[in-house]
Amino acid sequence: MNVMAPFEGIGASVKRKEDFRFLSGRGQYTDDINRPGQLHAAILRSPHAHARINGIDLAAAKAMPGVAAIYTSDDLKAIGGLPCGWQIHNKDGSPMAEPKHPVLAEGKVRHVGDPVAVVIADTKQRARDAAEAIAVDYEVLPAAATMTQAQAPGAPAVHDDVPSNLCYDWHIGDKAAVDAAFARAAHRVVFETTNNRLVPNAMEPRSAIGDYDPTTGEHTLYTTSQNPHVIRLLMGAFVLQLPEAKLRVVAPDVGGGFGSKIYHYAEEAIVTWAAHKLHRPVKWTADRTEAFMSDAHGRDHISRAELALDAEGRFLALRVHTQANMGAYLSTFAPCVPTYLYATLLAGVYTTPAIYAEVKAVFTNTVPVDAYRGAGRPEATYLLERLVDVAAQQTGFDRVELRRKNFIPTDAFPYQTPVALQYDSGNYFATLDQALEASGWAGFEARRAEAKARGRLRGIGVSTYLEACGIAPSAVVGSLGARAGLYEVGTIRVHPTGSVTVLTGAHSHGQGHETTFAQLVADKLGVPIANVDVVHGDTAKVPFGMGTYGSRSLAVGGSAMDKAMDKIIAKGKKIAAHLMEASVEDIEFERGVFRVAGTDKQKALAEISLAAYVPHNYPIEELEPGLEETAFYDPKNFTYPGGCHIAEVEIEPETGKVSLVNFTAVDDVGRVINPMIVEGQVQGGVAQGVGQALLEQCVYDADGQLMSGSMMDYTMPRADDLAPVSVATHTTLCTHNPLGVKGCGEVGAIGSPPAVMNAVVDALKDYGVTHIEMPATPPKIWSIIHGKAA
Amino acid sequence: MYDFAYHKPSSVADAVKMLAADPDAKAISGGHTLLPALKHRLNRPTALVDLSGIAEMRGISRAGNAIRIGALTRHVEVETSAEVASAIPTLAYLAKHIGDTQVRNRGTIGGSVSNNDPAADYPAAVLGLGATLHTSKRRIAADEFFLGMFTTALEADEILVAVEFPIPEKAGYAKMRNPASRYVMTGAFVSKGPMGVRVAVNGAGPCVFRQSAMEAALSANWSPEAVAGIRQSADGLNSDIHGSAEYRAHLVTVMAKRAVAAAG
Ligand SMILES: Cc1cc2nc3c(=O)[nH]c(=O)nc-3n(C[C@H](O)[C@H](O)[C@H](O)COP(=O)(O)OP(=O)(O)OC[C@H]3O[C@@H](n4cnc5c(N)ncnc54)[C@H](O)[C@@H]3O)c2cc1C
Repeated sequence: MNVMAPFEGIGASVKRKEDFRFLSGRGQYTDDINRPGQLHAAILRSPHAHARINGIDLAAAKAMPGVAAIYTSDDLKAIGGLPCGWQIHNKDGSPMAEPKHPVLAEGKVRHVGDPVAVVIADTKQRARDAAEAIAVDYEVLPAAATMTQAQAPGAPAVHDDVPSNLCYDWHIGDKAAVDAAFARAAHRVVFETTNNRLVPNAMEPRSAIGDYDPTTGEHTLYTTSQNPHVIRLLMGAFVLQLPEAKLRVVAPDVGGGFGSKIYHYAEEAIVTWAAHKLHRPVKWTADRTEAFMSDAHGRDHISRAELALDAEGRFLALRVHTQANMGAYLSTFAPCVPTYLYATLLAGVYTTPAIYAEVKAVFTNTVPVDAYRGAGRPEATYLLERLVDVAAQQTGFDRVELRRKNFIPTDAFPYQTPVALQYDSGNYFATLDQALEASGWAGFEARRAEAKARGRLRGIGVSTYLEACGIAPSAVVGSLGARAGLYEVGTIRVHPTGSVTVLTGAHSHGQGHETTFAQLVADKLGVPIANVDVVHGDTAKVPFGMGTYGSRSLAVGGSAMDKAMDKIIAKGKKIAAHLMEASVEDIEFERGVFRVAGTDKQKALAEISLAAYVPHNYPIEELEPGLEETAFYDPKNFTYPGGCHIAEVEIEPETGKVSLVNFTAVDDVGRVINPMIVEGQVQGGVAQGVGQALLEQCVYDADGQLMSGSMMDYTMPRADDLAPVSVATHTTLCTHNPLGVKGCGEVGAIGSPPAVMNAVVDALKDYGVTHIEMPATPPKIWSIIHGKAA
Repeated sequence: MYDFAYHKPSSVADAVKMLAADPDAKAISGGHTLLPALKHRLNRPTALVDLSGIAEMRGISRAGNAIRIGALTRHVEVETSAEVASAIPTLAYLAKHIGDTQVRNRGTIGGSVSNNDPAADYPAAVLGLGATLHTSKRRIAADEFFLGMFTTALEADEILVAVEFPIPEKAGYAKMRNPASRYVMTGAFVSKGPMGVRVAVNGAGPCVFRQSAMEAALSANWSPEAVAGIRQSADGLNSDIHGSAEYRAHLVTVMAKRAVAAAG
């Protein structure tokens, strides 16, 4: 490597390679793709939360200009429903209720936005015109719009075959041990809360194009997906019965996902199926209104938590009861979110020896709910970190000292929690101390007093959190009900002159993989990142993959690449040994150079790759030509990022408006590959966490109408809703993956909501407040200060 | 969006003719209210009569003790006008705080006033300053113009041509934004001048309205303290997922107080 070249390996904040494309408007998103002869689909969606379909009259619509076809569930009898990828078992061992999720509504609609019919026409406008001309005879039924409504005696049945609208009643932990600990506890603290329902709102709405080649029988689906291979598997195997070899799924540039683009959606199956039927490509693109009523929503839990403490403030036991909203149908990974991604996190960073949690998942007449940035872990963290503050307030212990007293000691790793997980590494004292220092915690009371002089109520809040990501060991998740493996795949293709193409099963939809992954190659193989291309998002190019979610791309996908690079180096050593007439054991490799140990003999990677592809002088008897290796990496454990977030807020008492004035994040995300990208990921996550805490709320009325169905009524965080977010890291390495990385994609959204809400409650401490529900909107705060109804 | 015919007249008279000839035609100015409604298929006009080519509807001028603003004047032009800044700085302030840059570069005062969205900004200035609305057929006093939610005294074939604002001695405007839409949750425009003491409240109710108890209090004592103790009744105010009528009623007092403080 040129000694003058800037360092581009692990730890360098190199600029993102993909940004030139994005910032100059040359990204290729699904809706930018147009296939010759393409038709357009419009979906007719239910305006009702719950209704029986007594008839659908298509006559007028079929006569409209430009209409190629109109389909309803009657036309889809031969295809399957949308599959669920995770099966949870009830307390009694029986499987969860898994009602059919039809591609188009069959006999009944179950939420506003439920697809009823699809019109395919020569333009999008004409498809919409015709969709409006369809006459559906709805018999409106009473709706179960909330979990409370759905569980009331005599509640309307969302699915006729699911009694009490109960999907499952699940539990984890040792109930007897918890009961015993409560019996001897000096303090018992009870905390009840609702984790507000959110709408993900990726900037790019979902889009899908189906294409069919009658000469080869190959179907191609272009789609806004975080995991094209998973879509190929789910849609091909379960819905359309297409063999993998005849189904290509392409997820090109994708403008944000946050979980909402993990799942297999009805529209993907519709356009793929219709393209075959019509022998014409079919495109569908959602508008924002459709996104609000058809993208999977996030969160939506009602919980009661009880903490038992001894007289010294040590946590003895935790008991949690949670109801989780599934919406009207099971979205792809919905069942695992409030169970294995939630209740297993309830130990947090604490040594609580006994934990018992029970979770009831409930069907309602609302949009399906599934994983949204953090998925289960923000809900667990919020519950626990608010509970600890409530406990501090109630028992009189200082909130920071109470946390410190219960932290898992730094020398206790690996640490086995009472709720299944085994943490490999961490240092919660270090992240706490660093954040206290960076936030000026000790000097806060002076800032509170200064704010008071200006007529403002200032508060500060802390959360010390942990999450489990880098999902996941296949055998473990399989035993817990996952219907897929969760390894990742990486191919390293070293070309004849030494440049590299990486094929990865991870998918980038904003995370900057084209840069971070290239840095891994630069660091290990010594190839400049300009000569490393990262290919993802196409099942025809990448051997296999499980995609990107759960902060897994680097920990699992990066580790697969690392393993593949090890294979490249091993083969390269054999070639080098042959060329330099040395024994393989004597060859050393470092950053692009093979050396014979103890001599000045060396060969660059490009010389080795050339020899591999032009094998004139080559150990052809024992080694195949070429230099390309693929590795599947199945992680040994989850990874456990954690850290400390501190928020400072000011409240304007006259209006109740809460302003975030300062935010400090100190996160342990394991080894940092690109600090700039990590900072951006944390800041973006914090923005979403602040959104949940202060602004965002998906509201359904009692009839199941979506009240917050547009940007006019759903408050997304804007730049001026935020404050400077200072991001720092403190690293302990992951002990079980080769890179030592843990993941940074979700920490911001996980750690921040309780920090903000603890600050809001702290600001209002003179008003006798113990808890405020998210989001802390102005009328809510005003009603507390003025003792009025919001 | 449904199909529609498109006309671009160059005089007010022609525009009126086009609107009179077709009861389902609609005028369009900046389009920042009408176009989103069309895109959402909430509105189905047979034709759009684009007013943007009508020169006589443009421009800001001072005539004696009044500022006349052509209906086609964009928010950014009011925000940056030297005439407005020297005569009615509060009006420039109000314009500067409408929506965002894109909205201010397209939206017009005529479109805003004619539309009479309860959460819009300009209606508060029109009523709070006692402006006169010049239309294609008459002059209408502000007090007679705003009739109810999205309803004005304008007839179907009547076009708003200009708004004439009397120059006040003092004026102030304060609002709280709806956190989601950033339109007005509750605002108050106060003034003292040739039209007397006026307090106009927007955002809180279905239509901009005058707060007479506050006007009386300010006539006696022009100070924030004078309005601080006056409660707005919550009856008839808007109530939605962003705040109750009671909360908005409370904000009326807060915003009026702030508006008076801003007026000095
Ligand atoms: C994202 C966004 C944010 C916004 N935020 C705000 C805000 O904070 N505060 C605020 O006050 N406004 C806000 N607006 C609205 C903006 O100010 C609009 O542009 C304005 O209300 C209407 O002006 P226009 O010229 O765009 O009207 P158009 O959309 O062209 O027309 C609106 C209506 O008025 C009629 N009309 C137009 N001109 C005339 C005329 N001269 N005579 C008779 N009828 C006429 C049209 O037929 C139509 O019914 C926002 C808009 C957007 C898109």
